[in-house]
Amino acid sequence: MKVLVAIKRVIDAYVKVRVKSDGSGVETQNVKMSMNPFCEIAVEEAVRMKEAGIASEVVVVSCGQQNSQETIRTALAMGADRGILVQSDAELQPLAIAKLLKGVVEKEQPELVLMGKQAVDNDFNQTGQMLSALLDWSQATFASKIEKSDGKLTVTREIDGGLETIEVALPAVVTADLRLNEPRYASLPNIMKAKKKPIDTMSAEDLGVDPSPRLSVVKVSEPPARQGGAKVGSVAELVEKLKNEAKVI
Amino acid sequence: MNGSSFGDDHQEIREAVRRLCADFPGDYWQALDRDRAYPTAFVDALTHSGYLAALIPEEYGGSGLPLSAAAAILEEVQFAGCNGSACHAQMYVMGTLLRHGSEAQKQRWLPEIASGRLRLQAFGVTEPGSGTDTTSIRTTAKRDGERYIVNGQKIWTSRAEHSDLMLLLARTTPKEEAAKRTDGLSVFLLDMREAREAGLTIRPIRTMMNHATTEVFFDNVEVPAENRIGEEGKGFRYILSGMNAERILIAAECIGDARWFLDKASDYARERSVFGKPIGQNQGIQFPIAKAFANTRAADLMVLEALRLYEAGADCGAEANMAKMLAADASNEAANVCIQTHGGFGFAEEFDVERKFRETRLYQVAPISTNLILSYLAEHVLGLPRSY
Ligand SMILES: Cc1cc2nc3c(=O)[nH]c(=O)nc-3n(C[C@H](O)[C@H](O)[C@H](O)COP(=O)(O)OP(=O)(O)OC[C@H]3O[C@@H](n4cnc5c(N)ncnc54)[C@H](O)[C@@H]3O)c2cc1C
Repeated sequence: MKVLVAIKRVIDAYVKVRVKSDGSGVETQNVKMSMNPFCEIAVEEAVRMKEAGIASEVVVVSCGQQNSQETIRTALAMGADRGILVQSDAELQPLAIAKLLKGVVEKEQPELVLMGKQAVDNDFNQTGQMLSALLDWSQATFASKIEKSDGKLTVTREIDGGLETIEVALPAVVTADLRLNEPRYASLPNIMKAKKKPIDTMSAEDLGVDPSPRLSVVKVSEPPARQGGAKVGSVAELVEKLKNEAKVI
Repeated sequence: MNGSSFGDDHQEIREAVRRLCADFPGDYWQALDRDRAYPTAFVDALTHSGYLAALIPEEYGGSGLPLSAAAAILEEVQFAGCNGSACHAQMYVMGTLLRHGSEAQKQRWLPEIASGRLRLQAFGVTEPGSGTDTTSIRTTAKRDGERYIVNGQKIWTSRAEHSDLMLLLARTTPKEEAAKRTDGLSVFLLDMREAREAGLTIRPIRTMMNHATTEVFFDNVEVPAENRIGEEGKGFRYILSGMNAERILIAAECIGDARWFLDKASDYARERSVFGKPIGQNQGIQFPIAKAFANTRAADLMVLEALRLYEAGADCGAEANMAKMLAADASNEAANVCIQTHGGFGFAEEFDVERKFRETRLYQVAPISTNLILSYLAEHVLGLPRSY
């Protein structure tokens, strides 16, 4: 089974994100970037499938600017076989990415697309679902366990209040949740080997997709600063404050 | 901040090291610091991912990368707020074996060191009685048939409890009988696993930071003659030949520290509001940070120059020493500015600033102190009379 893994380059999860002074977005210039943690989990799962003899080839694809190549290299160092960069300097929203990925799927003909359940920058949690709809493939989101038997996958999903196990027919789009696995570190020898693995570059035009945004961002602002807490002397005072100051009851 | 000006080389390695370090955040180091415990999980992760074998040639199981790759790894470790001093020596102590060991010795040890099955990260040079004056060391190794018998004491032998082998410098010919001051010293690879059963005692020294440093006592410790590296009596030269690499790598660590302090200080200065505006809006706060930034960048350029010369096989003694001094000065300045910017919070454990401040202070003293670098420049570059 050929597996395609879609990955996204995002601001490093440990960086303090700063809002641009004009409120148009967040500062990404000179900020540490890395692979979206959920995408990393998806790559790990695909590499484990390859190691277990379930996957025959693992191809990673990323849509974005030229420097997304570095993120593709990281996935190659984790064990993916080759990479595809759909290069675009435009702001890419979930629908545009889903359309681009559909184009790549049509070229590559994988049986399974693995991706993160969401990216930690915009937290959209839409791309996987949109891709499955565009392809008219089965979908299994928030996967915490994936097992393959002929022609289908058994996927355990993390849902509110528990786990749900479903069967989906292949081909399918599966999105990874946090507990699916613990991704390995790319080792130095594998980083060096990854440099020699091929990365194809293509454009939105090559795939016949118009990636222009359908949504416009009105304003990005910092969350309000946390106010200091206060101690109350009695239940009566608490109720009084909740009623009259916080106005929540 | 300022990511583009620093660390442009070895991007894929840097990114992967950052990823690994992200799993070892401040609270991991704070807990170890409290107990003066060794960062075993962190060192294991670096070892198993092959980073500590970066400089070992591929034929012996390493990655055979240039020194700049090792510098990038260590810089990123420090920049991520981690502390590479627990294992940085595993990267470079083997250099003496690689350059001066016999083929049989290299075949025997390097693959094991590359895989991490053998740890060679203890370096026994400094002694309580001789300090910086290395040629006056008093630990002796006396030849007795096919072995040497070692007696004496080393101090500040870092990581001795977390190392299987020690690269040991000992006197094999009494100083009075040696033709030159620098003659009569020899280098050995001491297997401490055996020696601890037979005359070797290691005693930890508590220091102001968590550094796993020790003092080591030798009481008739036997070393097989086949563990001597190179010729008898030439050990001082063999040790010196590895110093440039060590200095450059420590300098790279200091650059990483400085960048961590600068980011931390700038982030805090932007966010902390006093008298109704961010403290970073005051020139009294921003100028010292800007100055420390300029000095760090300048030191970084000297590190790059030293690396360039080293990798070209040119003499880089002066540049390696200057890089080490300037980078240690820059990290120290940045550390100080970072504490000052944080005010009282700079002293709170959970901010990591005070820990990094203590850790980076070491590099103005070890592995070589600033005064000795200045003496080197005065004598060897400026042609001034030797002062000691
Ligand atoms: C935490 C830690 C870890 C260490 N790890 C190791 C290790 O793993 N292996 C190892 O072998 N050593 C190690 N060292 C030792 C370190 O290299 C020495 O401490 C350092 O070289 C200085 O030697 P000293 O402490 O004996 O100082 P001294 O030589 O006593 O010097 C004291 C001061 O006098 C100055 N001074 C000395 N001579 C002169 C002169 N001629 N002109 C001007 N100033 C002078 C020095 O610069 C220094 O500031 C470590 C030290 C520390 C603190």
